[in-house]
Amino acid sequence: MDIQAIHSVLLEKFGESVVGTATHPAIDPWIQVTGSHIVEVAKFLRDDERLQFKYLNDLCGVDYLEPDPKKVAKFGHEPHIEVVYQLTSLTLRHSVKLKVVVPRWENDIPGDLPIVPSVSSIWGIANWHEREAFDLMGIHFEGHPILRRILCPEDWVGHALRKDYEFPLEYHGVRGR
Amino acid sequence: MSMQVEDPRVVEFDVQTDEMLVNMGPQHPSTHGVLRLLLRTDGEIVHECTPHIGYLHRSAEKIGENLSPSQYIPYTDRMDYLAGMNMNLGFSLAVEKLLGMEVPEKAVHLRVLIAELGRIASHLVGMGTYGLDLGTFSPFLYAFREREIILDLFEEVCGARLTYSYLTIGGATHDLPDEIEIPEGMAALTGRKRGERLPYLDAIEMFLQWLEPRITEYHTLLTRNAIFIKRTAGLGVLTPEMAVSYGCSGPVLRGSGIDYDLRRDGEAIYTRMYKDYDFDVIVAPFKDAPREVLVGDNWCRFYVRMIEVIQAIRLVRQAIPKYKAATGSFREVFKMNSKLPKGEVYLETEAPRGQMGFYVVGNGEGNPLRVRAKSSCFCNVSVTDQICQGVPLADIPAIVGSLDIVMGEIDR
Repeated sequence: MDIQAIHSVLLEKFGESVVGTATHPAIDPWIQVTGSHIVEVAKFLRDDERLQFKYLNDLCGVDYLEPDPKKVAKFGHEPHIEVVYQLTSLTLRHSVKLKVVVPRWENDIPGDLPIVPSVSSIWGIANWHEREAFDLMGIHFEGHPILRRILCPEDWVGHALRKDYEFPLEYHGVRGR
Repeated sequence: MSMQVEDPRVVEFDVQTDEMLVNMGPQHPSTHGVLRLLLRTDGEIVHECTPHIGYLHRSAEKIGENLSPSQYIPYTDRMDYLAGMNMNLGFSLAVEKLLGMEVPEKAVHLRVLIAELGRIASHLVGMGTYGLDLGTFSPFLYAFREREIILDLFEEVCGARLTYSYLTIGGATHDLPDEIEIPEGMAALTGRKRGERLPYLDAIEMFLQWLEPRITEYHTLLTRNAIFIKRTAGLGVLTPEMAVSYGCSGPVLRGSGIDYDLRRDGEAIYTRMYKDYDFDVIVAPFKDAPREVLVGDNWCRFYVRMIEVIQAIRLVRQAIPKYKAATGSFREVFKMNSKLPKGEVYLETEAPRGQMGFYVVGNGEGNPLRVRAKSSCFCNVSVTDQICQGVPLADIPAIVGSLDIVMGEIDR
């Protein structure tokens, strides 16, 4: 199935309030999904006979922010964070990309991490990918069994892949910058 | 009257012992780098095995946001440092897909040749270090002797022996040399005169001819060895459902009996490279496997790698005449200061350890907005807790070793 067919299957099942537009002309097309419904959509994608997306290739976050005020006009995106899910069906040999768009900070309060429901109950590997996205991008995955840092030390401050992240001056007596 | 117990390991459960936490690593010699396993053991039996990673984290993804794609190439081969060529290829293809760039035919065959040689080198290390994990030292030395020649051949191509940065966006940094002086190691092994000059492609063919019968020898040394079978067969069984759910890839996935290889089933830009080539995808179960072997156990994962070496040899043999016959340049020009278009691509390629994915987001600037490296070993190692439950402590290195992990790639 190509992306258009997958999109219409999802629209039929969930309706337009959940499934956003699919961007067809892009190099890699994607389907946007409302964050609060991602678990239902993921479960449907995995279990439906026509889709069978049993394999989660990748889950990551992308931070859309231009920290330099001079370049903001050219940047062309409102500040937000995207959670990107890459799915493949090993049996039917098709793939799809899902996106969940969340604000950079929950309710625009700096320091409050944006919340996305966890899909770790659907795909086993999502557990680690979500831990990594939490660690480096600062996304809180609700319902995750152990949402701890995975690559950085447990007492690390900040989320390194955020565009406005500043490297700490020192860490346990080691000079940073 | 003696008690009859089918599985001698069952007896262990009758002994009441205290639970103990054992830290294995991060500097344990058999954890393949700085992997720390936290084991909850009851006597000899491991009940829980939690991998802790991140000791080699070098923020490669963050660095990628501040460099142009061609500057980022050297960082990719430092991720999986045992298969640098394949990592270069994966990232180059992702950027080419973003740019909509077509690579000339000559570069395609050159890339297949180099990437498959890299696969052989990587699988040889996998074989050798797995022998080390199981307590046999000789296969390691043999494997490194063979790999050394591949490294010599790579050195003639690009000057580097480990971190090549050879395959770049648009093709390769330079063409293969016409003629080389025979590498010293190869001269000694094949009985040729030192300092003899011969065409580069003939040197590769000579090496393959020498390597092929050696693989059969390693089967007698390891694969068919009774002790090796005892340590690997039926242990660390990874079911196909679990392998798929945990996103395992490469030999780990195929060892569990799932017929999926990106060289055949991947995206068009990648399969185009291999479309004229004839090769088999190696999947468990095997007809010639010993009786004790179960699909998805250590032995299957190891055997998939060994047979893949044979397939890689086949591919290199096919690539040589194709490369000779191909016309055109070995690279499409990609300027250092060219801008990336707005858009995003995700591309996975079949690296020796599994599916290595690169996700590149361009935003009209020279540097990408986001570079994401999806590591294959990251997914493979996440499954250790599932397959290490209820096994004796001594089998942990055997199971973790069979996943053939490289920490540089996991931590990035």
